[in-house]
Amino acid sequence: MTIDYSHYPDSHGRFGDYGGIYVAETLIEPLAELTAAYTRLRDDPAFIAELDHDLKHYVGRPSPIYHAQRLSKKIGGAQILLKREDLNHTGAHKINNTVGQALVARHMGKTRIIAETGAGQHGVASATVAARLGLECVVYMGATDIERQKINVYRMKLLGAQVVPVTSGSKTLKDALNEAMRDWVTNVADTFYIIGTVAGPHPYPMMVRDFNAVVGREARAQMQSEYGRLPDALVACVGGGSNAIGLFHAFLNDADVRIVGAEAAGEGIATGHHAASLAAGRPGVLHGNRTYVLCDDNGQITQTHSVSAGLDYPGVGPEHAFLKDTGRAQYVGITDDEALAAFHELALSEGILAALESSHAVAQGIKLARGMEKDKLILVNLSGRGDKDVHTIAAREGLSL
Amino acid sequence: MNRIDARFAQLKSASRKALVPFISAGDPSPDGVVALLHALTESGADLIEIGVPFSDPMADGPVIQHASERALAKGVGLAQIFGWIAEFRKTDTTTPIVLMGYLNPVEIHGYERFAHDAVGAGVDGVLLVDCPLEESQAVGAIEAAGMRRIFLTAPTTSAARLAAMCEKARGFLYHVAFAGITGANRLSLDAVRERVAAIKARTATPVAVGFGVRDADSAAAIARFADAVVIGSALVETLAGAGSAQAACDAARAFLAPIRAALDAGSAAHAA
Repeated sequence: MTIDYSHYPDSHGRFGDYGGIYVAETLIEPLAELTAAYTRLRDDPAFIAELDHDLKHYVGRPSPIYHAQRLSKKIGGAQILLKREDLNHTGAHKINNTVGQALVARHMGKTRIIAETGAGQHGVASATVAARLGLECVVYMGATDIERQKINVYRMKLLGAQVVPVTSGSKTLKDALNEAMRDWVTNVADTFYIIGTVAGPHPYPMMVRDFNAVVGREARAQMQSEYGRLPDALVACVGGGSNAIGLFHAFLNDADVRIVGAEAAGEGIATGHHAASLAAGRPGVLHGNRTYVLCDDNGQITQTHSVSAGLDYPGVGPEHAFLKDTGRAQYVGITDDEALAAFHELALSEGILAALESSHAVAQGIKLARGMEKDKLILVNLSGRGDKDVHTIAAREGLSL
Repeated sequence: MNRIDARFAQLKSASRKALVPFISAGDPSPDGVVALLHALTESGADLIEIGVPFSDPMADGPVIQHASERALAKGVGLAQIFGWIAEFRKTDTTTPIVLMGYLNPVEIHGYERFAHDAVGAGVDGVLLVDCPLEESQAVGAIEAAGMRRIFLTAPTTSAARLAAMCEKARGFLYHVAFAGITGANRLSLDAVRERVAAIKARTATPVAVGFGVRDADSAAAIARFADAVVIGSALVETLAGAGSAQAACDAARAFLAPIRAALDAGSAAHAA
């Protein structure tokens, strides 16, 4: 039976066995209100026009598709095309979602924005839209991540946001999400929680996907007008999975387009130091949804590792869990070293500094290209730019800037 | 008869209110859990809630978060917790025990296996914080095994949901006193009284109130209209300072005694 992927999630927020609403009772009603508000707005022509206007004039859409010719030639296989989300305002795909959710927040009359962030990209994108709409903004960030992403922390402060260090648990993204959820449950009357990835309880995986799906819609149209056909394969990195689902979604029903997600294999999946929830995890419940998680035999969520803070997450969006089980998408691991090699390769052959997250996708794109004919097209989502990672890369290579 | 139902029936006929202490399993010391459970019943606990530690306790404030982290660092998991309860049951066959926790440890343990092991150990009820009514199908094994699924109600719960919950409620309903996390200080008695009255108008199932109950005064005030008072963070914080298993038992007794006295004084005044 052919699955029509445009029909998910169902009204309970389920993608097959995954997704749903696994939260404390206090949040059930606020989530129902959010679902009702969003469901109304998503089909409202005035809201759509407002969003499209912001995406064009504030974010800078559409982002181009760039043919990485020198890189492709060097590899000698399929042609690598890059969807340039790194050229968006604030430097990543994250702004697509925050612009959308901020508009929802304003329509719901909320005056305070909260967000969690790992690498800081979503925090910056949230602080950005909050500043623009004159809303108070509080960003929760793991103490460990604050230490390794100082520039983004300062950017958020420059944008008027308050950055709250989270010192519980592993002091990283998952703990920041817990703390943001605790803030939300406490201040639910006036506060809108902008979740940065396609995880969390329904309607977040659906809503965040919808706001990022502009990437794939645009890319599909660009491929047809500029290349006269769809790509043979799509590649994107997957942490929580928002840029990946954003690119994939418009192509899910195009059975001939191969879809590959690159997870962070860190120091190698066999070492246990990785963040590959789909490749090495198991179905469980985390942060409000059922999905693949990395946990021990007692159900305790385990520490993850990736050179890229944005992929350092022990869960993954439930739609990806569904796509893995149906076989529509494949998820593979890319190690820290492979991502770094791809980062340098892209910098030297194309003059583009990619984010470390996106470098995982580039590495997987290169791998795929090697095994494909020269007339094949691989579209890689270049989800963010690498300026934020320059210090991390220098430190790994023994340099201090 | 399920021990929870038996206990509430007994309290009702005696016109007494239930004192429900919450401890975080394995904190302050894994070796002292069984003795601590006995100390709690000796100091007037009518029902005991045992928190199963989880790495990502989204609904808990810092006190219970830290207690969970300490217990996890000592390797506390469901297998040990079942062992402690079984040990406690050798000498206490009447005090109901409710496990309170998050879904993932239960999901990974396996629902059937969890239900089997919990009943075998002597657990009477299970409260899964992040498993609302709508997602309950997976946990059907808990009720099938004879335990009670304890549901939370919140200040934000809509009238329609409240009606559905009251219909499904068994054992008791746990009303969360305010929108927030455990241990916060946001208790508004008038709001809680109103909600509890709304629940009691719909169901005969006993209503417990928790979150923000810290001492004898707040407990007695809640007990004027609720059937049971849950005290968690304040007790966990007190126990955390205990230097030994014996000191934890002593601290538990000293903490609960005035609360028990205040609840009983309230019931007596009411009866008079």
